[in-house]
Amino acid sequence: MSIIVLLVIIALVVALYIVARTTLLGMTFRVAVKAIANNKGRSLLSMLGIIIGVAAVIVMMAIGQGSKESIRKNISQMGTNIIMIRPGADMRGGVRQDPSSMQTLKMEDFEAIKSRASYITYISPEVTSSGQVIYGANNTNTSVYGESLEYMDIKQWEIEDGTCFTEQDVQTAAKVCLVGKTVVDELFPDGGDVIGKTIRFKTMPVRIVGVLKSKGYNSFGMDQDNLLIMPYTTVMKRLLAQTFFSSINCSALTEEMTDEAIEELTTILRETHKLKEDADDDFTIRSQAEMMETMSSTMDNVTLILVVAAAFSLLVAGIGIMNIMLVSVTERTKEIGLRMSVGARGMDISVQFLIESILISVTGGLLGILVGFGLCQLATSVFALPTSIPGWSIILSFAVCTLIGVLFGYIPATKAANLDPIEAIRYE
Amino acid sequence: MENPENKEKKVVIELQNVRREFHVGDEIVKALRGVSFKIYEGEFVTIQGTSGSGKSTLLNQLGCLDTPTSGEYLLDGVSVRRMSKNQRAKLRNRKIGFIFQNYNLLAKTTAVENVELPLMYNKKVKAKERRERAIKALIEVGLGNRLEHKSNQMSGGQMQRVAIARALVNDPTILLADEATGNLDTRTSFEMLVLFQKLHREGHTIIFVTHNPEIAQYSSRNIFLRDGQIKSDTYNDNILDAAAALAALPKPQD
Repeated sequence: MSIIVLLVIIALVVALYIVARTTLLGMTFRVAVKAIANNKGRSLLSMLGIIIGVAAVIVMMAIGQGSKESIRKNISQMGTNIIMIRPGADMRGGVRQDPSSMQTLKMEDFEAIKSRASYITYISPEVTSSGQVIYGANNTNTSVYGESLEYMDIKQWEIEDGTCFTEQDVQTAAKVCLVGKTVVDELFPDGGDVIGKTIRFKTMPVRIVGVLKSKGYNSFGMDQDNLLIMPYTTVMKRLLAQTFFSSINCSALTEEMTDEAIEELTTILRETHKLKEDADDDFTIRSQAEMMETMSSTMDNVTLILVVAAAFSLLVAGIGIMNIMLVSVTERTKEIGLRMSVGARGMDISVQFLIESILISVTGGLLGILVGFGLCQLATSVFALPTSIPGWSIILSFAVCTLIGVLFGYIPATKAANLDPIEAIRYE
Repeated sequence: MENPENKEKKVVIELQNVRREFHVGDEIVKALRGVSFKIYEGEFVTIQGTSGSGKSTLLNQLGCLDTPTSGEYLLDGVSVRRMSKNQRAKLRNRKIGFIFQNYNLLAKTTAVENVELPLMYNKKVKAKERRERAIKALIEVGLGNRLEHKSNQMSGGQMQRVAIARALVNDPTILLADEATGNLDTRTSFEMLVLFQKLHREGHTIIFVTHNPEIAQYSSRNIFLRDGQIKSDTYNDNILDAAAALAALPKPQD
């Protein structure tokens, strides 16, 4: 990639050199370079605005893109083929019910899906609770997830120590649990073997059969290791004494089949819930992929706002260039007069000044890209911000800089082109 | 008056009752009040006059930098009056060589590049030819050994020679000099006159605008302007030799 870019740059330089040596445009180009070189300090100062603006835009885009990619990575680590079914969207007399208190997801649904759905590999009903967990003199607050065995596959949990609970445990609603790393650290600060130890969740004693491998924090800053996983039967019967699920998690065969899977699940659930054709669903089905899209587009919006803010500095920089170009035109009035006397048309003069302003802004843009790269490195290494510079942002920067050069060079160039050669040549 | 020798020669410039008026506030300033003359190929004409005589306005007319309010100006048989700005730019580029009082060279630019400038605006001339012609013009004005000198490394006389080379490079119909010796000391001025006389002998048509009557003695024809009209237009029967005058000058004292 970088080799290709380098080759392209070399080819451009060679082509420019040939053009510069042989054509009017080339000569005009060299005149512009010379004019800039003759006023290094001034040119650099007016470039500074562009440099800062472009660098800011690049950094903002890089941070936006970097965060987006890191979120996507996190979500896809959780599994992009996950589908979540929740009770909800139930209207009773025009009042929307709180989904968590709804009791529409039941054992029949789970069994119907399990036996009929063809796009689903794993399925696990879920009942959740949260509260205090105690061992000896130590306690902590945590969440309890009542799940089936397949949950381990859906969420890609691994057991670090001990074993998972068994199908038998699910059948008998056994008082066993898997514990997350955070819970272990809180309850057993002195370390040692925790397998077989009995801890207490609220009033219920449960035996630890396995420790979950740590997943760390997710990109929203949530500790993914602060949890207990128990058989769903245990949580339903012994802890909450309820007959409905808070949700059902499934995983589609592949990410691409998510849509078909959702369609199929909807059909099955509508049948088991005996919904009339014109009735709304009394459940909602969402996929992880869908969530990822939502997150991405939120991130895109945030990035857009940041980039627009940074882009305003480019506007200011453009005005700076226009200012310098106006000074340059006044300073070189005599030269313009001479060029006109020997046959330059207004067009030739305006092109000359346009090239100069484009050159200033594009050179500034190039330096800005370099500075932007540097700042991104800094942001990543010092502040641990995820950054990723999208390739198109560089092309965009070039395009925007050229546009700024043309836009803000236009007025000075027109001013130069409209000078009267008689007055210009005698200008002191 | 008519010079009988001119009968067979080609007319390069013809002014027919040229008037030029400027609006300054509510007043109308008549800078040229009906000027008519013909200039033939190969003439060395000085145009003299005090300031306010319309000298500069006439120069602008002759140089196609301006157009007459009324009357007709034919350059090489082509009417300039109704030409657009761009057409006049092209005309200047192909037919006129300007030499200014203060040289007007491009700063920090080599002699060759300065001389190439008019050809840059002529698409028909390619890079190689452009350079060759620039070098030839510089050799002609005696700067063959200073091709790559930059404008800020040269003396006044050298800079004016570069400017003359620049005026010659497009092989113009007329050379138009505006006080071309005005910024130079006596000795260098005579060196310039030697060069102008040499160019005259080689067949160039030269129009030299000046307020210095001494220069008129070295040209073939003298036009006097006063208040926007021609006061006199005489042929010089006794053209002095600038080279002899230069030789007669006292040697510079250190």
